[in-house]
Amino acid sequence: MSILGNRVLRREDPKLLTSGGTYVGDLDLPGVLSLTFVRATIAHGRIERIDLEEAKAAPGVVGVFSHDDLGLAPMPPGMPFLNQEMTRPLLADGVVRYVGEAIVAIVAETPGAGADAAELVVIDYDPLPVVVDPLDALKDEVLLYPQVGTNNCFALQFGHDDTLFEGCEVVVRQRILNQRVAPCPLETRAAAALVEPDGRLMFYSSTQTAHGVRDTLATSLGLEPALIHVITPDVGGGFGAKASVYAEDIVTAWCARKVGQPVRWSETRSESMLGLGHGRGQVQDVEIGGLRDGRILAYRIDVLQDSGAYPAIGAVLPFMTRTMATGVYDIARAECNSNSVVTNTVPTVAYRGAGRPEATSALERAMDCYASEIGMDPAELRRKNLIAADAFPYTTPTGTDYDSGNYVGAFDLALEMAGYEQLRSEQQARRAAGGSRQLGIGLSSYVEITNGIPEGEYGAVEIRPNGKAIVRTGTSPHGQGHHTAWSMLVSDQLGIAIDDIEVIHGDTDLVPRGVGTFGSRSLQVGGAAVNQAAIEVIDKARTLAADLLEADVADIVLDKPAAAFHVAGTPAISRGWGELAQASLDQGGAPLMAEVDLSSPGASFPFGTHVAVVEVDTETGNVELVRHVAVDDAGRILNPLLAEGQVHGGIAQGAAQAMLEEFSYDAAGNPLTANFADYSIISAAELPSFETAFTETPTPRNPLGAKGIGESGTIGSTPAVHNAVVDAVAHLGVRHIDMATTPERVWQAIQAARSASEGGSATSTEGAA
Amino acid sequence: MIPSSFEYVRAGSIEQTLDLLNEHGDAAKLLAGGHSLLPLMKLRLASPEVLVDIGRLAELAYVGDGGDYVAIGALTTHDEVSRSPLIAAELPVLAHVAGQIGDPQVRHRGTIGGSIAHGDPASDLPAVALALGGTYVLTGPSETREVRAAAFHLGFLETAVAPDEILTEIRLPKMAGGGWGFEKLTKRAQDWAIVGAVAVRLDGNGSVGVGLINVGSVPARALSVEAAVASGAGAAEAAAQADTGIEVTGDLNASAAFRRHLTRVLVERALAKALA
Amino acid sequence: MHVTVTLNGADVTYDVEPRTLLVHYIRDAAGLKGTNVGCDTTSCGACTVLLDGRSVKSCTVLAAQADSSSVTTIEGLAEADGTMHPVQKAFHEHHGLQCGYCTPGMVMAIVSLIAERGDHELTETDIRQGLEGNLCRCTGYHNIVEAAMAAARAPELRS
Repeated sequence: MSILGNRVLRREDPKLLTSGGTYVGDLDLPGVLSLTFVRATIAHGRIERIDLEEAKAAPGVVGVFSHDDLGLAPMPPGMPFLNQEMTRPLLADGVVRYVGEAIVAIVAETPGAGADAAELVVIDYDPLPVVVDPLDALKDEVLLYPQVGTNNCFALQFGHDDTLFEGCEVVVRQRILNQRVAPCPLETRAAAALVEPDGRLMFYSSTQTAHGVRDTLATSLGLEPALIHVITPDVGGGFGAKASVYAEDIVTAWCARKVGQPVRWSETRSESMLGLGHGRGQVQDVEIGGLRDGRILAYRIDVLQDSGAYPAIGAVLPFMTRTMATGVYDIARAECNSNSVVTNTVPTVAYRGAGRPEATSALERAMDCYASEIGMDPAELRRKNLIAADAFPYTTPTGTDYDSGNYVGAFDLALEMAGYEQLRSEQQARRAAGGSRQLGIGLSSYVEITNGIPEGEYGAVEIRPNGKAIVRTGTSPHGQGHHTAWSMLVSDQLGIAIDDIEVIHGDTDLVPRGVGTFGSRSLQVGGAAVNQAAIEVIDKARTLAADLLEADVADIVLDKPAAAFHVAGTPAISRGWGELAQASLDQGGAPLMAEVDLSSPGASFPFGTHVAVVEVDTETGNVELVRHVAVDDAGRILNPLLAEGQVHGGIAQGAAQAMLEEFSYDAAGNPLTANFADYSIISAAELPSFETAFTETPTPRNPLGAKGIGESGTIGSTPAVHNAVVDAVAHLGVRHIDMATTPERVWQAIQAARSASEGGSATSTEGAA
Repeated sequence: MIPSSFEYVRAGSIEQTLDLLNEHGDAAKLLAGGHSLLPLMKLRLASPEVLVDIGRLAELAYVGDGGDYVAIGALTTHDEVSRSPLIAAELPVLAHVAGQIGDPQVRHRGTIGGSIAHGDPASDLPAVALALGGTYVLTGPSETREVRAAAFHLGFLETAVAPDEILTEIRLPKMAGGGWGFEKLTKRAQDWAIVGAVAVRLDGNGSVGVGLINVGSVPARALSVEAAVASGAGAAEAAAQADTGIEVTGDLNASAAFRRHLTRVLVERALAKALA
Repeated sequence: MHVTVTLNGADVTYDVEPRTLLVHYIRDAAGLKGTNVGCDTTSCGACTVLLDGRSVKSCTVLAAQADSSSVTTIEGLAEADGTMHPVQKAFHEHHGLQCGYCTPGMVMAIVSLIAERGDHELTETDIRQGLEGNLCRCTGYHNIVEAAMAAARAPELRS
């Protein structure tokens, strides 16, 4: 009986539930000092004066540093295709470009002393004009980098075909805003650094990429990577935003080396809202064209990406948007071009979905607009255009090769689970009754790309003389349960009990190489690497067993329940894993171990359909999500308990973007939602329990048949909830409402539709700008 | 996250509290449940030099029968108010509203006196007290006086409590079975109201009290609405007056126009329940 | 100033600044790191502990205010022999945690909700509204609610 595919409870839980996880802020670091940053309070300005004298003299202060003290080069944008002149100083260098940018670093004996000293720092600014809206930034009137001469940090232009919509009886256009959101992991950013007696730098990081942290520190500080030891303790969530290495991480390391004592940086939430990178931030212009019978022939999406003040990974995400532009639909012709611009705001980074939710959101909104235009049920329109199950592998107009899929299967199941026809009947009844509580039904069919980067992953399995196994993985879990999942894979291969398998991650001394956890890659490369290492360890063990049992390797059998090897036909004479491990040591000194550097098997494409049901109060604009149905397909599911958990978390974040969350700025670049009271991070009271199911269409691309699941919930849910809200008031003439569908936006949309109909203007195919 | 330093004194009696207020003047702030003051101090938006902790003054935590009113000690927590059998019987609107303030953890610590003395127009309880026509007992070094809720809120976060006084008791006239309605629109359950309305039927003669939450810069009564009902208007007609005479501004969650509209809608709904 | 608290059943005294928040008293003075800080606006509930048996956000209580009171943290929930409390057990069985950062506060909040329910059977709505002050980013709350409903039915928690 294989354990794979079972709802195995997590090994991570007992400690987390009793004494709690050990996060960077919990580490016992004798003599550790506290690092506090002083941050910019204006969005754009030259620094005229920094007065640190009072702060330096404050009680408990060990050191106060600004840019010129560091002597470190600025961080380059990171991605080679970003404008390389838009570098980021580790502490502001003469100019600040967004509210929250770090200017001064204070090392003090306690966090309290640091906070007190921070109040004594005086900074005078000479304000500069501010640009917040990416549409304004595109005009290149207010420049963040005058010497560069443009705000455009990354253009992805593949040409504009004026004949794209030739032959289309209907073309619908719509501008869609995919708003800036904040990732909000419950643990804010944190790092601690100290210099070991042997001179090596020890760095503890709340990260998704330990080896990336090591290499970035090495480059920045001018150290050999071997002189840096990064350890990842428990990490309280990341969602993509902790896959970036931040200026503050490097400054933490620098401070520890400068003062010669351990230094810990643990940011407050208010800081994190302005320091941890933001997500999304696209202005999208879509055009969708086809025939009146519902066949979609062509699709265009023009993307304007808000990069924030310093281009980071967020600036290149339009590439992923382009990759998934046409989604699950068989659309013959498509175009996606983009520009990424800098603005005086927090830099954008990867956030759950990273470019793919944006693609799906735009397309699914476009589909509903098209359905509305031709008077077709949105479900019928989708079904008509889904790529057929026998069409795989399938290449999209933007050049993406889908591995496998059964979009119709997921679609039909989702509608069946939702009771779609019944929902439409209830909606009709409520509309006829004309009350203020109206029902909205929203659909979203999505496909997304997981493991989209070319890097592979490291996995190793070692057996100890006591018969237990040690697994080393290059992945970097922060809630996903890799220790449970990888030990399931290894246990299934070796027959060693799960509780006798130790999994190590995030320690660059113990795990020699690794890429990390992001982009829903971990199982298909990281798990696959560990699985492969287990298979190779079995081969080595068989050779050892053959030798010990004086038999032919071909006659050696692994008896998994017994966790031992024997000669076929004589199971009573066996050698257990521990004995073989000892034998390996005795023979040549090498442990019984296999290391694998698995090349990436390529991207895989999970998919699904979500159905959301909302109740909208047409008098107050209030939106309530009453049901959410999700059918997701991530190929072969290793542990349904863990996979469901990923879907649940994804749905919550996706629904939150649709209905509630939005990071706002005023025109002067002052953030308006920079703490957990003002930023509406979603709670249990705003969500229902979810109705979820998996279909399993394995991928041929990796031996586990597995695709990623981590971001699917988010990608599938946002458009479903968004479409549901618009659907709820569509009968009042509303065609589109931008996210987040706050009470005000819903109410304004209803008012506008009412005035339009009273004014007698016909609804047009041109969407509102 | 970490407040500025301060001197901490625990008051053993109301008398001692008044002495301390007199001694320290502006430099001192009272600490009751701390759920209005400590959040401000943690963001360093308030940095009092002295905190006078009155949280252990058990003599200020009570719910008592005052005849035609219910007397509630200022240090009674929202949780205690929401669970009080006397309040459930005589002031059901208060029991309901108190049970919805913030979240359970906040309700275990936040006090009715602290909330009212803070004077935030976005707080729920001041509007309830206004609708009920309540009064507040203020105790000073030489006298104890009673101030009508309607005269208590002087400006944004500014109340009639003098620097040398403390709010000791809230007196709310019993509802005598009168109907009531409470409507609040929030973004999330734990958030402050975008707009809220409380309506209470005060007697059988068309007299209603209507309190507004987060409309304008002070907790306010919708006097025009009350007058309209008194002269025979129904809920819808009266509610059209809801934003009359109040300076309504916009914020992140509602433009002025939307806020006016919400005020009318929520007042109508609250009134409809109160008058049913 | 000296603040004395009965912490998970044991009397402790530490000398702390008046401005020390209860959460920092617990974490730094007493060295119990299970209780976490997740925000600075009393919004997230990661710092939830029991103060005299009732849930409070320990980031919005001064240690001084807790003097002579009893405080129970996540570390004090399981039995001495390691047997988990029904809420902890339910969280494990229903996969109610992922990264674990919100978990101690979430568990303590649910312990308090169940303890205060009296004769009332907690509904899903009761749980969801009761947890409006406890934020989680990983789980989407679905399994947390399931765990809470299951724990509420545990015979050991019936008075």
